[in-house]
Amino acid sequence: MPRNLKTRAAIVLIVLVASIWYLYPPKRSISLGLDLQGGIHLVLGVETDKHVASQTDRAAEDFRGALDRRGIAVKSLAREGLRAFTVELASPQSWNDALTVAGEFQTFERGREDQGAGRFTLTMSEREALRLRDDAVRQGLETIRNRVDQFGVAEPTITRQGEDRILIQLPGVQDPERAKALIGKTALLEFKLVNENVDVQAAVQGRVPEDSEVVYQRRVDRETKEERRIPYVVYKRALLTGAELTRADVQADPNSSGNWQVAIEFTPNGTRIFGEITEQNVGRHLAVILDGNLQLAPRINERIPGGKAVITGQYTIDEARDTAIVLRAGALPAPVTILEERTVGPSLGADSIRQGMIAIVASALIVFVFMLVYYRLSGLIADVGLVLNLVILLACMAAFGATLTLPGIAGIALTIGMAVDTNILIFERIREELKVGKTPRSAIDAGFHRALRTIIDTHLTVMVTAAILYNFGTGPVKGFAVSLFVGLAASLFTAYFFTRLLFDVIYMGRRKVEAVSI
Amino acid sequence: MIQVFRNPSYRFIENRKWAYLLSAVVLAVCLGSLVAQGLRYDIDFTGGTLVQVRFDTAPSVADVRRGLARTGLGDAVIQEFGEAREFIIRVPLGAASSEEMGKRVEAALAQEPALGKVEVRRVEFVGPQVGRELQQQALYAVLAGLGGILLYIAIRFDIKGGVAAVAAVFHDVVVVLGALSLTHREFSLPVLAGILTIIGYSVNDTIVAYDRLRENRGKGMVKGKTFAQAMNDAVNQTLSRTVLTTVTTFFSA
Repeated sequence: MPRNLKTRAAIVLIVLVASIWYLYPPKRSISLGLDLQGGIHLVLGVETDKHVASQTDRAAEDFRGALDRRGIAVKSLAREGLRAFTVELASPQSWNDALTVAGEFQTFERGREDQGAGRFTLTMSEREALRLRDDAVRQGLETIRNRVDQFGVAEPTITRQGEDRILIQLPGVQDPERAKALIGKTALLEFKLVNENVDVQAAVQGRVPEDSEVVYQRRVDRETKEERRIPYVVYKRALLTGAELTRADVQADPNSSGNWQVAIEFTPNGTRIFGEITEQNVGRHLAVILDGNLQLAPRINERIPGGKAVITGQYTIDEARDTAIVLRAGALPAPVTILEERTVGPSLGADSIRQGMIAIVASALIVFVFMLVYYRLSGLIADVGLVLNLVILLACMAAFGATLTLPGIAGIALTIGMAVDTNILIFERIREELKVGKTPRSAIDAGFHRALRTIIDTHLTVMVTAAILYNFGTGPVKGFAVSLFVGLAASLFTAYFFTRLLFDVIYMGRRKVEAVSI
Repeated sequence: MIQVFRNPSYRFIENRKWAYLLSAVVLAVCLGSLVAQGLRYDIDFTGGTLVQVRFDTAPSVADVRRGLARTGLGDAVIQEFGEAREFIIRVPLGAASSEEMGKRVEAALAQEPALGKVEVRRVEFVGPQVGRELQQQALYAVLAGLGGILLYIAIRFDIKGGVAAVAAVFHDVVVVLGALSLTHREFSLPVLAGILTIIGYSVNDTIVAYDRLRENRGKGMVKGKTFAQAMNDAVNQTLSRTVLTTVTTFFSA
């Protein structure tokens, strides 16, 4: 302990000034957790399996197309597992040509060849599958961030958690259900041709051609709330997807009052494709499918050159607006599921802050009065140290950008207990030394000196548990660990260094000290 | 000068058999309760949905249950929370999808004529996967906490002292868990944080006594004092600090 009072006083002063600088202005300096200001906390799991499977499907369709262009007929083509598909050629004579085509699919490895039957399997490489999984999460994160930005939430937290999870925190959101729907929607928009050569009833019963699938259109009657599902048979191959969109805006539906529609505009490339599709398929029906639900399937009357279209689907204005947002922000590469959700209403948050403050103030007051009565002047010194401790603790949290949560408030309350423990240790020791007959000055010296090792031990052990809590804990527990850890570090400074300084100022300056007020 | 203990010289070591007996009885009761009725895990660990609602006027639990029965949630766990008009409703996993649980509960309660206006204040949903992980993490956190302390004491003092301290901590944790089990309270994440803090405090008290013991022994075994007497002195010398700290912490909590 440096004997130089001025140096020590300067250190304390610097810490105090720095703390106040960080804490000012108080409203902006410390961010409140969701449990204190209300909002929604979501952990989403990205179904990366589905992304791998859909990419395999897409490659299989591309492969079929490539064979087609070379005039190689395919008997069957089917996905096996997540990342493999098996193809059976119509005639084994085209075997060598087919292998050449397969060679162009570099991320796939050929296996299980049976030349006689004209059959082989293409399997996606492990590395490619891993890359796709990672992509799915990263793109999902990006897309969700886009959507949330457009939805208009102040200071959202959207981060990746672990391998395939996304953590989303939206403070102050009033309508969690709508926010969840907006975030969780895959928003995969597809344009597919309706297969008009099949009997829909037969298809519903399971007799679907290999290149087609059944999708449903949901129609809800506004009055009776009754839901009808109308089946359609469409070709599996998507001619165009939402990836080719540049704009999506809400419009009133001119044909049915009270309903809204989404007007979309394609990219130049999308415009060209859309023009070709409409040109080549005049008279047929084009299905617009959003997340597997058929929205509408209008008849193509003529080529549509401008790259503009509208999606009608009996939307309310909120539905139309949210649909436009998700279409603009793009589709999630893979569906997501909600693994964890915590929603706190704003009124509860305000209550929690009030109760937390009452708890802290009450416990601090009791400890203050107790120390004052039990240790008199020394108790007052400890109390001043306690106040400084709280100031430093809050300043550190502001400086690190830590978030104050309800468990964090509990951590602060516990810090008060720990800080006071340090002073009790020292004071009891000084009393003992006085009892043995030491002079006041040497008793203070000995008290501080001998208690130091114990104080460090007790602080370190609790800091060890706080660090472990931080590492293992999730949201709420982490907040508790942070404030406990920072509070303990601050308590080492205030309860030992700072109170020692005050003792020295009071007792060491004078010529003769008769007694210690302890 | 106010003092709690004036020159305490309790013969802790000589009377340790009584302490053994007391601890054994308490431990037996706690372990018995833990085995017999177990711990009630909160949805943090089991997965499920928790909805916190507040009514304008204080209803009875039966009224709330009748309201919930409208949406098939009649067997949910309903608990008063803080005040008479505030309730926590816990629905196990699988009973319904979490997506619109808050809305469903709100709608069902709003329809029940015996209940006043209702406000949903908090909805928490924990999926089965997350619940399992949290359970595992909780166990690891406690074990890692104990391990860290054992290591620290083994380095600072000796391994025997570390084992003794961990035994003491273990004792305290079992007592706390037993108390939870006896009073039918839920074991949740905040409770876990509390238990880890108790581990910290428990070991603190042990360390303070150890430190004193070592300091006293460092001065040399004073004139034929036995180890038992040295330990007595150490505990006695730190007694008032330990009691004071425990009491002040009790107040802060």
